[in-house]
Amino acid sequence: MKKARLMQGNEACAEGAIAAGVRFFAGYPITPSTEIAEAMAKLLPRHGGKFVQMEDEIASMGAILGAAMAGDKVMDATSGPGFSLKQELIGYAACAEIPCVLVDVQRVGPSTGQPTAPSQGDVMQVRWGTHGDHPMISLCPWSVRETFDLTVQAVNYAERFRTPVILLMDEMVGHLRERVELPEPEEIQVYPRRKPKKTRAEGYQPFEPDEDLVPNVADFGQGYHIHVTGLIHDDTGFPVGSPTVTEKAIKRLHEKIDRAADEIIKTESYFMEDAEYAVVAFGGTARTAYEAVKNMREQGMKVGLLRLVTIWPFADKVIEDLARKVKGIMVAELNYGQVVHEVRRAAQGACPVVLCGKYNMKSFEPVEIEAEIEKMVMDVEGGRA
Amino acid sequence: MQSEITVKEARCKGCGICAEFCPKQVLQVSELGKIQVVKGEACIGCGQCELRCPDYAIFVDKLAEVKGARA
Amino acid sequence: MAELTRSYEKYFRQNRLPHLWCPGCGNGIVMKAIVQAIEKKGLTQDNTVIVSGIGCSSRASGYMDFDTIHTAHGRAIPFATGIKLSRPDLNVVVITGDGDCTAIGGNHFIHGCRRNVDLTVVLFNNNIYGMTGGQASPMTPLGGKATTAPYGSVDRTFDACALAEAAGATYVARSTAFHVQHLTDMIAQGLGSKGFSFIEAMVQCPTAFGRRNKFKSPADMLKWMRDHSVMKAAWDKLDDMKKGEAVGAGKFPIGLLYASSGSELDYDAAYDQVIERAGGAGK
Repeated sequence: MKKARLMQGNEACAEGAIAAGVRFFAGYPITPSTEIAEAMAKLLPRHGGKFVQMEDEIASMGAILGAAMAGDKVMDATSGPGFSLKQELIGYAACAEIPCVLVDVQRVGPSTGQPTAPSQGDVMQVRWGTHGDHPMISLCPWSVRETFDLTVQAVNYAERFRTPVILLMDEMVGHLRERVELPEPEEIQVYPRRKPKKTRAEGYQPFEPDEDLVPNVADFGQGYHIHVTGLIHDDTGFPVGSPTVTEKAIKRLHEKIDRAADEIIKTESYFMEDAEYAVVAFGGTARTAYEAVKNMREQGMKVGLLRLVTIWPFADKVIEDLARKVKGIMVAELNYGQVVHEVRRAAQGACPVVLCGKYNMKSFEPVEIEAEIEKMVMDVEGGRA
Repeated sequence: MQSEITVKEARCKGCGICAEFCPKQVLQVSELGKIQVVKGEACIGCGQCELRCPDYAIFVDKLAEVKGARA
Repeated sequence: MAELTRSYEKYFRQNRLPHLWCPGCGNGIVMKAIVQAIEKKGLTQDNTVIVSGIGCSSRASGYMDFDTIHTAHGRAIPFATGIKLSRPDLNVVVITGDGDCTAIGGNHFIHGCRRNVDLTVVLFNNNIYGMTGGQASPMTPLGGKATTAPYGSVDRTFDACALAEAAGATYVARSTAFHVQHLTDMIAQGLGSKGFSFIEAMVQCPTAFGRRNKFKSPADMLKWMRDHSVMKAAWDKLDDMKKGEAVGAGKFPIGLLYASSGSELDYDAAYDQVIERAGGAGK
């Protein structure tokens, strides 16, 4: 029988990383993500891995990218201010196609903001924080057990698509303690590091895309003598100042993710069968939204919840279908309004989309969400929304 | 002639470092901006030119060594 | 493949040459010194990784036939740290410039020294930001002209070697593009030294520094290095007053400036203790 353990979200993240095969973690302390680094410092040397505390968030990002090129599966965790610093090398990882997972346990911003208070204000930074065009995969857990599962998933996606993956947590889930049963190692699917399919003599090109458009870049120290750069490069890995190559390279970076988007995009629906109104939420806020929707169902209101498990790529089709089905959508998020803009875009005017935002250091109470749902219903029924 | 001078013209950028450090004025930058051997017979094979060529464009072998290498 | 005139040329990616550096630039001289040092130490191409930052010097990685990575500006040492800790069996050489290493990468540099990761860092010091066209760096001499210091630099300069030693590097040396064989020796010794090895290689940048600072030619800049460098043994014989005068005249010591007794553990060896205390196993 499996042993249930009382565990914090941040600890589950570290356990998930180990289970997924992460063997290198470079960190820098920052509230409210520090427990992840602490857990990794404890776990990694026991599992043949290494932990190093670097001098800042940029350095820790650099160290994991180096270790990833040397063959390790890697992770790094931070919060808003550190996440801002890491943006430079997140772009590097996207361009040079280096698999890595970065955890952002969100707190109130901007700037140093409110270090210990929950927020969901980094959604757009996850997507657009680094410069230039690049794809992004980001997953957002709402429970301790799901934090474990999505960490494994994040590592697997990073390896499979050779891209940075952001595990977007929030203080609520990071510091949440729940009793969880973790899966046995044999129950966990782990995506292995991609390997070259050709030898040098056979004309191996490190950045030549495979059928899934992802290149099988050799790890260092395998005799391939590859060159890796953050400059736009061709299949050889060397920089090329050509418009054609540039266009092709940027396009492929996007297409390798776009092609698999339907598989990557995960949402969950609750009470949606006959729902006339929907709440869209994610992360810790989705827990409160679930309570609110459940309470309102008990009062006979036809309202449901759509939870975004994958934040990026955005669930455009799911939202579009939802907007055609319901009379109104309310996005509950712990910020001044970020995901609401995406939902509005994806809804394409099929129904009104309103925001239930909060940014005062406190997480939502179910009654607050219930009140906002009622207001939306009244506005829509009264023709005001 | 005591030595053999090899110039890889495609690599030479005509910076003139080799000519400047040549103790026997063997080398000169041509009008085309490439190094040329103008007084090969004076070369003593000291290798100062090769030593500091930033472009790996000039090589000097003492003739005895060249012969030895070919033997 | 073109015929190789010299054995060290096998360490270059022949199809990438000639390199993009300007006529007379000293970077090519230092790059040659590095591969000659690698050859001298018998390091294999399969087990050596070259890590560079951003800037003129950092383009070297693209010409060298090893696993190479041209990282982001200032970040070469963190990348190299990750590579070395992940694969301690690999030889990791960092190529960086004065701006890359002491400005944007300054913090990484001192912490790399402190951590004593087994890396060999070669700083190509051309006293200027060359790639962007000649802006002042933390190693532009006081009074030196740069596009961002058109009236002469008033910023005091870093002595990167003193900085490295103070921060905990276990091998610190300086040489110049004029002293090619000496430079090669300094790098080779650094490669053979366990722990953080730092070698400052002074190089001439005729295009972005020399022209603005009254050097008539690349060779003039090399002659300046010849005339202003003092071998460590001779430097040590100078009393404080003479040293002060020498510094005032723009002179500087070259050679092995510091080598630890060898008692400090490099980071990877130190981490073995962590693994042992944690009761961990191999990968």
